[in-house]
Amino acid sequence: MIFRTFKKDELKKLVEILAAHNRIVGPVEAGRDKHGSPIYAFNEVSDFNSIRLNYTTTKLPAKRYFLPFQEDLSSFRTEGGGWQKIIDYNADKPLIFFGLHPCDINALNKLDKVLMHSVYPMPYYAAKRKNMFIIGVECIPQTFCFCRSMGADTALHGFDMFITDLGNKYFVEILTDTAYNFLKSIRTEEPEEKDHVLYMKAVAERNKKFTTRVDTTDLAKILDMEFQSDVWKHWGEICLSCGTCSNVCPTCYCYGVEETVDLDLKGARKTKTLHSCNLIDFAEVAGGHNFRPERHSRLKYRYYHKHRGFVEAFEESLCVGCGRCGESCLAGINVPEVIASVRGGKIKK
Amino acid sequence: MKTKESDTKTYLGMPLYRPKVGFFEFSSCEGCQLQIVNNESTLLDFLSLVEVVSFREAMTEKSDDYEIAFIEGSITRDDEVKRLKRIRKNAKILVALGSCACFGGVNQLKNRFKNLNWVKKEVYGRHPVDTEPVRAVEDVVKVDLKIYGCPVKKEEVEKSVLHIALGKSIEIPKYPVCMECKANENICLFDLGELCLGPVTRAGCNSWCPNSRAGCWGCRGPADDANVEYMKKIMKEKGFSEEAILERLECFGGFADFLKRKK
Repeated sequence: MIFRTFKKDELKKLVEILAAHNRIVGPVEAGRDKHGSPIYAFNEVSDFNSIRLNYTTTKLPAKRYFLPFQEDLSSFRTEGGGWQKIIDYNADKPLIFFGLHPCDINALNKLDKVLMHSVYPMPYYAAKRKNMFIIGVECIPQTFCFCRSMGADTALHGFDMFITDLGNKYFVEILTDTAYNFLKSIRTEEPEEKDHVLYMKAVAERNKKFTTRVDTTDLAKILDMEFQSDVWKHWGEICLSCGTCSNVCPTCYCYGVEETVDLDLKGARKTKTLHSCNLIDFAEVAGGHNFRPERHSRLKYRYYHKHRGFVEAFEESLCVGCGRCGESCLAGINVPEVIASVRGGKIKK
Repeated sequence: MKTKESDTKTYLGMPLYRPKVGFFEFSSCEGCQLQIVNNESTLLDFLSLVEVVSFREAMTEKSDDYEIAFIEGSITRDDEVKRLKRIRKNAKILVALGSCACFGGVNQLKNRFKNLNWVKKEVYGRHPVDTEPVRAVEDVVKVDLKIYGCPVKKEEVEKSVLHIALGKSIEIPKYPVCMECKANENICLFDLGELCLGPVTRAGCNSWCPNSRAGCWGCRGPADDANVEYMKKIMKEKGFSEEAILERLECFGGFADFLKRKK
């Protein structure tokens, strides 16, 4: 890994150079909530001033750029006596992600394991993922974040460069030659010993701000033991089965595929749509049988996929601890409380 | 509405079933029927799939020779009951089109009043009309398919008709509007301090209202397994009055069963 520092006003220049030939996705203010607090979202940006690098967290991850909610996998059109098949991975241009937090970078690393490095890689994901240039940025831990418990508070790989604010300058970690070459176009300096000290200080300061913890010790085993626990029924009673937790999750990748015929009868398409294990028809099969007709069992399996199944397969959790699901859940169901209730065998009132 | 293609319509070389259909309005604003003729870009393809024999909103000709009857509107008068029963006899498949036909729609709000005569006087004054408590179509005759919404979503009607022509099953989303709303990356209406029935209302509208930052009023009725009881509690905890919550849940009639259960 190569480290550099650069003055803060160089950042604007860097973004302008990147934006000249590329599309940039970054955190922007999408609106204000009822208390007047900003609501952040990832969006395409062309103006440096609209990027909010000090954003808290976005309501939704940048998922639509690498796992769009809906995507045509293939389509065909009949022409004369023959027909033509069209397959598009929908990744014609590279995309620069400016300002991803470590949790969201780790989410991509986890998705890679399933969608890129598994027996059957998904080309629709891989094409987009390979076309990404990622500039990570250090975050300010929020009260609902528990990424540190999930080991996702720092990112060691999965980005091109990573920026940390040292007060009057930025400290940058460089992982790829693309990033190195881009940085040649602005003025950077070799970090000195005092910059290392400042960096470590900044990291220590940030680490103090983590307040929410999830005890993951032996969690996969405990989940195995507590499969029949009554606490699941409690969470099931209040769950709205609306699928919001999956939609705001940076690692939920489950989907359904539907084949439809065009209205003019001259073509058809196969469409992939993200689904949620909390939705009533998630485990409904041909013939109408539903393997998980009860809310609590659907909610339970979401936790089992994240904290047990994935752990057994990859020795790490599928949850990065970004806390978005708990923040967006109208019923207030959140990972720290659910895991604590399973471990303790009762609901904390 | 015969097209030249009518006798040669095929899909992958196979001749296609082209049903004769009729559209009929009962107590309603006829907005759902307008939706059918609204989308010009697909209108001709849609009309070539079916042979429309009766559609007062769009054509002069009339016929009782139809296989599929689309019923728009709720049933509020005695003559409507007779007419609906006659249509049911003529049709092989009867489709309830839109919230009024499916649940009674906005019209069923009058059923809340104990004294119907007072309602009649208030609304019609010195020009009384013959009117009864509002009923959904399925409370009068057998309904084979329901297409929800106020108004219906044109794409959903097109897909349903296409699937009838192709002999494919018709799947309507079982999950709530929230799913589509989050996919559209809308800001949650509750974050903005507004009321929304998206978490309990059946999806399929592509979160039409929340896309315009307007809370859902539940026109498509409850999703399968909708947790209405807990949603009521959440709305109350967020500071919405019992009246405001009831107003939403009662508006289109889809949640009537959940309201009865409690009291």
